Order: sequence, then C-alpha cells, then structure tokens
Amino acid sequence: MAEKTLLRLEDLKLHFRTTQGIVQAVDGVNFSLGYNEAVVVLGESGCGKSSLAKAILRLLPRNVATYSGKVFINDIDVMQLDDEEFRRNVRWLMMSLVPQAAMNSLNPVLKVGDQVAEPMMVHHGAKREEALNTARTMFQHVGVPEAFLDRYAFELSGGMRQRVAIAMSLVTSPALVILDEPTSALDVLTQANIFNVLKRLKRELETSFILITHDIATSSELADTVAVMYAGQIVEVSDAKNFFSAPLHPYSQKLMASVPRLRAEQEPDFITGRPPSLVNVPTGCRFKDRCPFRMERCEEDPPMVAKDRRLVKCWLYV
Amino acid sequence: MNSIRKTLQELLRYPTAIAGLITVLLLIGLAVYAMIAIPYNQALLLWRGGEDVWYQNPKFAAPAWSNYFTREKQPVSFVMNDDDAGAIKEVIKGEQNTSRINITYTFEYPYDAYPQDILLYFTSKFQEKQPFVSIYWLTPDGRKIRISDFGVNPKQTFRLSQDEKLKRRLSGLDPMIGLFVSENGKTPVKGTYNLLIEGLVFEEDSDINAQLVFHGTVYGLFGTDHQRRDLVVPMLWGAPVALAFGLIASLFTSVLTMIIAALGAWYGGWVDELIQRITEVNLVLPFFSILIMVGTFYSRSTWTILGVTVLLSIFTGQIKVYRSTFMQVKESTYIEAARAYGTNSWRIIFVYMIPRMIPLLIPGLVSAVPAFVFLEATLAVLGLGDPVLPTWGRMIHDAESHGALYKGLYYWIMEPAVLLMVSGLGFAMLGFALDRIFNPKLRDL
Repeated sequence: MAEKTLLRLEDLKLHFRTTQGIVQAVDGVNFSLGYNEAVVVLGESGCGKSSLAKAILRLLPRNVATYSGKVFINDIDVMQLDDEEFRRNVRWLMMSLVPQAAMNSLNPVLKVGDQVAEPMMVHHGAKREEALNTARTMFQHVGVPEAFLDRYAFELSGGMRQRVAIAMSLVTSPALVILDEPTSALDVLTQANIFNVLKRLKRELETSFILITHDIATSSELADTVAVMYAGQIVEVSDAKNFFSAPLHPYSQKLMASVPRLRAEQEPDFITGRPPSLVNVPTGCRFKDRCPFRMERCEEDPPMVAKDRRLVKCWLYV
Repeated sequence: MNSIRKTLQELLRYPTAIAGLITVLLLIGLAVYAMIAIPYNQALLLWRGGEDVWYQNPKFAAPAWSNYFTREKQPVSFVMNDDDAGAIKEVIKGEQNTSRINITYTFEYPYDAYPQDILLYFTSKFQEKQPFVSIYWLTPDGRKIRISDFGVNPKQTFRLSQDEKLKRRLSGLDPMIGLFVSENGKTPVKGTYNLLIEGLVFEEDSDINAQLVFHGTVYGLFGTDHQRRDLVVPMLWGAPVALAFGLIASLFTSVLTMIIAALGAWYGGWVDELIQRITEVNLVLPFFSILIMVGTFYSRSTWTILGVTVLLSIFTGQIKVYRSTFMQVKESTYIEAARAYGTNSWRIIFVYMIPRMIPLLIPGLVSAVPAFVFLEATLAVLGLGDPVLPTWGRMIHDAESHGALYKGLYYWIMEPAVLLMVSGLGFAMLGFALDRIFNPKLRDL
C-alpha cells in the first residue's frame, strides 16, 4: 500500500440466514478510501449497498450467518476489536452513519438539540451544556436555525430532519461519514440543498464520505470516486470524471444509459432480466445472464482488473 | 413542566376527569389529615385499646347523623363532667369538717328510644372516712326516683342498668326503660332530666367528683363497633393505608413490568425466553390463593403482603403487551441510529425505549390503583389484613364477623364500603380520562 488509507476493506463478507437460505448480501468486497475523499456507491435496490454500510459499522442484525474479512481504519484492523471496544472507539469517533430514512432516525421523545448532542455525551462523557454548544455549531454547519435545537423531530420538515441527522453524524468529528441514501425521500430542491451542504462540509471539515445511492445524477455532484456494486460485489471502482463519461463495466454502462437525459434523442435504456437473487448466486460472473457481451469465459469468476488507475471486474478488460 | 401543564389543561376538558381528580385529591387530603390528626402510634394504640380507653362510648352505635333520616330519634351519647356547663356542683360546709356536696346534672332528652346505659364514674378523696352518696333521678313529668345510696371508694363505677335494687324499685323494668318511660308504658318522656348526687364527706379536704357517661344508641361521626371503638380511627386511617398500598403496588408493578419487558425485548435470546416462561408459569399460578397462604403461614404484615403482591403482579399478561410494543419500537430506525452512534444498551433501554411507553404507562398506573386498594381490603375482609392496622377492610371484616347486617347495623359495613367505592371510582375516572389523553388510539380530535 503506497498511499495511507482512511478505510480499507479486505474480502468483507456479510451473509444473512433466512428461511429461503443464506443471503450473500456482501460477498467479498475489497475497497479503499483516502482522506477527504467522497465515494459514491451505486447500485440497484437489493444489491447489498445498505448491508455494506452495516458491515463496515458492524451494525449486525440477529440473523447473521457469516461476518468475515478485514476492515482497516487508519491501517488498524478494527475487526479484531470486540463489540464493546468497537462501540466505544470506532462508532461515531472514527466513522458515523446517516441511516437510510434518516428522517425517522431521530428519537421522537428527545429534542433535536439533545439528540444531536447525544453522541457527544455518549462518547466523550460531555456535560449537556458543552454537548449542546457543539450541537449548535453543527447546526450552523448544516444550515439549521439554532432555534430548532428546542424542537422535537416531528416539528421539523423532511429536509430539516435530514440536516439534523447529518449534524448528528458530524458532531464527534469523525473522519468518515457513511450516508445511506440521504436524499431518497426528498424533493429535488431539498436534495440539491443537502448536496450543497455535503459539498461544503467536505471542503470545510475535510470529512470523507461514503455516499450510498441509486441516484446517479445527483451523486455526480459530490463524487470523487465511484464504486459500482452488483449482487453483493463491487464490480467497478473509478474516478468520477472518467466514470461518468465512459464507464467500463457493462453493468455500469447500462446503468448510465438508464439515466434520462434532457436533450438527448435516445430513450432511457433498461437492463433486461432481473438482478440475481442473493440466495442462489450464479457461478462465474454474476452479471453474465443480463450482459450483452457475454462470452464463454464468463462462466469463471472474473478478476479485478486495473485499467488506467481504474478497477473493473470483467473479462472484457483482461 | 410544560407538558405537565398541558396535560392538566387537557384533563380539565373532561368532566369525569375533574370529578376523578377532585376525588383523588380529597382522598389524599383525607389521608394527610388522618396522619396529622391521629399520628400512627396513637392510631395503633387507640385501635388496640380496650374498655379503659373507650369506656365513654356505647357499643354498636350508629353515627349521630343517622337521626336525620329516621322518624324515631335515637338518643345521642354524651359525657358530662361535674365542672361542665350542664352540671352544677355545690359544696355546703357543715359542722365538724362535715360538708355536703351536691352535684346536679341537667340534660335534654328529646328522643324516641331508650339509651344503652348510664354510668357514673366516681373519684373521691379521703383519709379514713369514706364519703357517702345518694343518687336521685328527676323526670320531666315531676317524678323523683331514688336510684341508690352507697359509700364511695377512691375509684368507683356505678352502672345504672346493672343495679338490681333499682330494677326492683322500677317494678321489674330494665332501668334504662324504667327511668324514661311515660305513663302509657311505651314511649319515653321527652324533656329535661336531672340526675342528682347528694354527697356527704366527713373530712376537711375530702372531695367527690363524678363523671356522667351516657351511652345512647348513636355516637359521633361514624359510630362505634363491638369494642366501643370510635370508627373515626379506621375510617380516617383506612385512607393512608389504602392509598399507600394501592399507589405503591401500582407504581412498582407498572414500572417494573415495563422495565423487565423492555429488557426482554432488547436483549432477546435467553433473557427474553426466561421472562416469557416465568410469565406463563405465573399466569397459571393462583395469585389470590398464594396471598392467602402467605397471610396464613408467614406474615400478615401489610408490607409483606405488598411485596408478594408486587412480585406476583409483575409477570402478568401486561408484560406481553409491553413486550409486543417494545419489539416494534426496537426495530425503529432511531434505535438503529442510536446503536450506530455507539449508545450502550442501558441508555437505549432507558432513554430511548422506555420514554416512548410513558404515555401508555401513566393511565395504566392510575387505573390499576383501585384493583390493589380492593385487593388489600379483600384480604382484610377475609381476616388476612394487617392485625395492627385500622383499615376499611378490617372494619368490614369486624362488621361481618359480628353479624352487622343481621343485626341491622348497616352503617358498619356501608361506611368503609362507600369509601372504597369512591376511591375506586375516583381513580377509575381519572385513569380513563388520562387514557383518552395519552392513548393515541382513543384520542378524539
């Protein structure tokens, strides 16, 4: 490893046990992230994006079948820590999460000020006043009026709640914030606002972001790097500029083609077939059944190929 | 603070809630008054006290106000000392240190029935020569009846109803009838009666004092029981005992049930399993029989019974109700978020999960109070109440075992029963109103 990385995942696996069988939600993810870098994780619904976030933060449900691999933060393997140490030292201090449906992630019986101050009190044992002061600064950063400190979550609009959730994720100043579909339930204006907030935060606080989304258009605003996830695996990692102009993996190409364009003649494309069930994952390349460039070698598992400092998991580029 | 005021304002929109609140406040006021007016130790002493404490009271006397509701007026009990307003005591000095001491008691008798008894409690002071008294009875129609003559001991009680000579002098009639009955032989003569004590003392500083104790058939605010005890004591002291038992039992069971349900729901696994199995076993155990067994074989102290009650009431169906709601709360996003930012389990349970349930807890807590108040009374009625405490249930037990209803002593059972019902009603009305305010399903918009 030449560069010092903030986060490095090695062969991270998270499988769930269900009545249908083992769901391979995250299956062997390798990935790294530098300081002050924003990575957008793209993928269809059900491809394991949210599970990846949970796997990184070790927020495991009860029905976990396999949870293995290595998670390095600042080159320290945090998988070695036990749950209590992990809770104490990693969550919110090294990385934090803005959960999916962040609007509902606020405690309805706490005032949002106290809610944002909560992580400070939990982790630093801060006094309520100090913590509230930090919360106030965070409110300024995300553009929520200070008067809102005394309100309850249900008294806030969706956009405001989202900002509060982001403020909460930043209050202990972690180096990495994972945002799980932060704008999925918001109108476009509010979405734009939130992304402006995130951009500003990245500039001012030098925070790294992992942005999990299926909204390709808005994510292009923020991304330094794009990672495309398909059926529990990462199939392409690329710098944003090149990715948006020329995606490498056939799935990425199809994904980009599905975005409607205002002035282009072409109809939005779609991908035939449906994403494979994560219970019975096909052998070889997982995209082969839907891939227009299918060949014989696709029956074997493709390797991750480096091409122009981009990584792609496809036989086409070998 | 603000939310409490809001709740109170909302509460005042319901007439039943106002009635319930007033009732509960009155009960609390009554309890506080009881504890101030009759301190705990004194209440116990009075309740245990025998004839020497309660000699001034008649037995089985209905409350004095019952006269307002009956056509035949019952004689009201009273006590008169020789220095009271209705009594005149004169000392006439005679020769050789001899003096006459005349005590005249004057009282009105406007009643249609006969009293239980008339007693004279003499105290006398002398060195060697015993004073001597003659007692006369003056009726409103002008008759003068000699009651008795005797030498007075330093302490002596004279019971008019038990005097055989007097009975003979009244041609065999019970003195309590004979002294009052009119010519027609049926109704007592109404009017002013006098009881005359003519005393003779034979020493210089010898003296006679007498107290007239008139046992009517009605007495005081709440009447008396078989041991002449004033029922004010258990009526007043029933309030703090019932409220303490009801509130403590209700508070502890509700809160502990909720916490245990939350622990089970949060930790799951064997913790939850254990709690659920204990609950299921407890559900089929006969709660009341266990209490009776504890009362019979171990201890009847209110505190022991309270402890056992709370213990057995924690693991009830309510735990399953709370658990089901907690399971739902546990899966909410904000709990997951809390987990994500590293909140420990205790904080999640007590700061995140339980506050969500407070709106369900409060009405349930208030509504559960009467059940425990009645439970305490029920045990007392069955004779398993605390033997030293004067309580409402104890009163009903005494009344029942002395055949109060058979003898027509309705007040004895009605008084505590009414208080029990009123307290039950008060808490129930308040509880229902609180439920309507806090329970989102019942909220009217």
